[in-house]
Amino acid sequence: MRPVRTGLIALMSATVLALTACAGGSDDGEGTEPAGGATPAEETAEFPEGSTMAALAEAGTITIGTKFDQPLFGLVGPNGEPEGFDVEIGKIIAGKLGIAPEDIEWKETISSNREPFIQNGEVDIVVATYTINDKRKEVVSFAGPYYLAGQSILTMTSNTDIEGPEDLAGKNVCTVSGSTPEANLLQNYPEAKVQALGAYSECIEPLRNGQVDAISTDNVILAGFAADNDDMEVRGEPFTEEPYGIGLALDDTDFRMWINDVLEESFEDGTWSEAWESTAGTVLPAPEPPTVDRY
Amino acid sequence: MDLMVIADNMPAYLAGFRMTAQLTIVAGLGALVIGLAVAAMRVSPLGSLRVFAATYTELLRNMPLTLIFFFAVLVLPQFGVVLPLGYWTAVGCLTAYTSVFVAEAVRSGINAVGVGQAEAARAIGLTFGQSLTSVILPQAVRSVIPPLINVIIALAKNTSVAAGFAVVELTATGRRLAQQNPADVVLVLAGVALFYLVVTIPAGQLANLLERKVAFAR
Repeated sequence: MRPVRTGLIALMSATVLALTACAGGSDDGEGTEPAGGATPAEETAEFPEGSTMAALAEAGTITIGTKFDQPLFGLVGPNGEPEGFDVEIGKIIAGKLGIAPEDIEWKETISSNREPFIQNGEVDIVVATYTINDKRKEVVSFAGPYYLAGQSILTMTSNTDIEGPEDLAGKNVCTVSGSTPEANLLQNYPEAKVQALGAYSECIEPLRNGQVDAISTDNVILAGFAADNDDMEVRGEPFTEEPYGIGLALDDTDFRMWINDVLEESFEDGTWSEAWESTAGTVLPAPEPPTVDRY
Repeated sequence: MDLMVIADNMPAYLAGFRMTAQLTIVAGLGALVIGLAVAAMRVSPLGSLRVFAATYTELLRNMPLTLIFFFAVLVLPQFGVVLPLGYWTAVGCLTAYTSVFVAEAVRSGINAVGVGQAEAARAIGLTFGQSLTSVILPQAVRSVIPPLINVIIALAKNTSVAAGFAVVELTATGRRLAQQNPADVVLVLAGVALFYLVVTIPAGQLANLLERKVAFAR
């Protein structure tokens, strides 16, 4: 029944979001006075004229695409506000543009619409457990990575057969239709019987019922499930590298380099660690900050 | 944009297409058989059969197909009925869902057959079963060929729901290919749409043909 409930919550939060968006719109008119103050003008002056940073700082708002259904990274709760590590990273970047968290417009992006949303300009940046890879780099640019995830395996604690990806041969493995983990399994472990459902949360009951033997996706997602379900555990070391990056328009190199600067700064001054500790760090061990890839 | 993306992935498309066609044919045949039976129950002289058929129809007709899949995959196991994920579960759900639309179409056809036909059949001593199978249904089914083909076309498109439930048919294939070719998502999906048309347009043509063949003046 979980997906039904999640659907309801999503619907309610969408309504709440729509309402807050309306409220935000009317605030803008009244808010012009304080915005004309000294601080924002100073912020704008930092950025080269004509750059995306200057335009966003000038506008005083930014549209960020993130997941609304990913525990620990981007999840919209009953209060309608997205929460998670991706959301905190988005706030750090917006903060450096002089944009307050409440002025960020969050837009839900799912795995399959991230590229179109960036290409059409519906979002300024995407922070949505977005794996950097070469094929995607043909259509969008990536700042970061800001986190290194890896594909792993979740199975029942009572299961003694599966210790690593090699043991998946002949086993039913649940994942999401059209996802990167599905593609990895098909390519690298062709003997595993891939059972693709609509969402990772839908894999939980089939695992418990024995319809599938394991669930495979990024370790961070599995960790969230293991924390919620005492009878399940994550097995073995991650067997892929999924560097999570920040997606933006393909040709906006200045913006990309600037976000890379912001990320490196946050690695050093501890804001990155704080963001981690307050979100995914409640379940997962603290990672080392990754090295930013300035391709 | 790379127009070759469809040609390059033809084997994947064909495998997906085969699964979609197979689901449509198997579930379609199942739905026709069950639908006819339900329609017959709906007009039977036995009250309990009528009530059963009406309940079955109203339950399945008013539930979204996705919910029926969720029920089979996620709810039934809670009651100890653990079905294997994938093809047969999908066939079962699609058959059950489509059968009520077949039943309703056939029932409307039965209602359209003049009551005098049934009375005449009774008058010459035919039993209920005999008058249904040799007098009423042959006339009823002929008059509902177009709506029945509509139901089958809808079924062909409804098979895409199975993509979210461990069946790799056209839509799931499209998702996989879109994931592998982020630059050509639009083309990949256009390819999927083309393959659906390969199923649905001939079905419509077949409906026209059959309609002309079996139509009769009343």
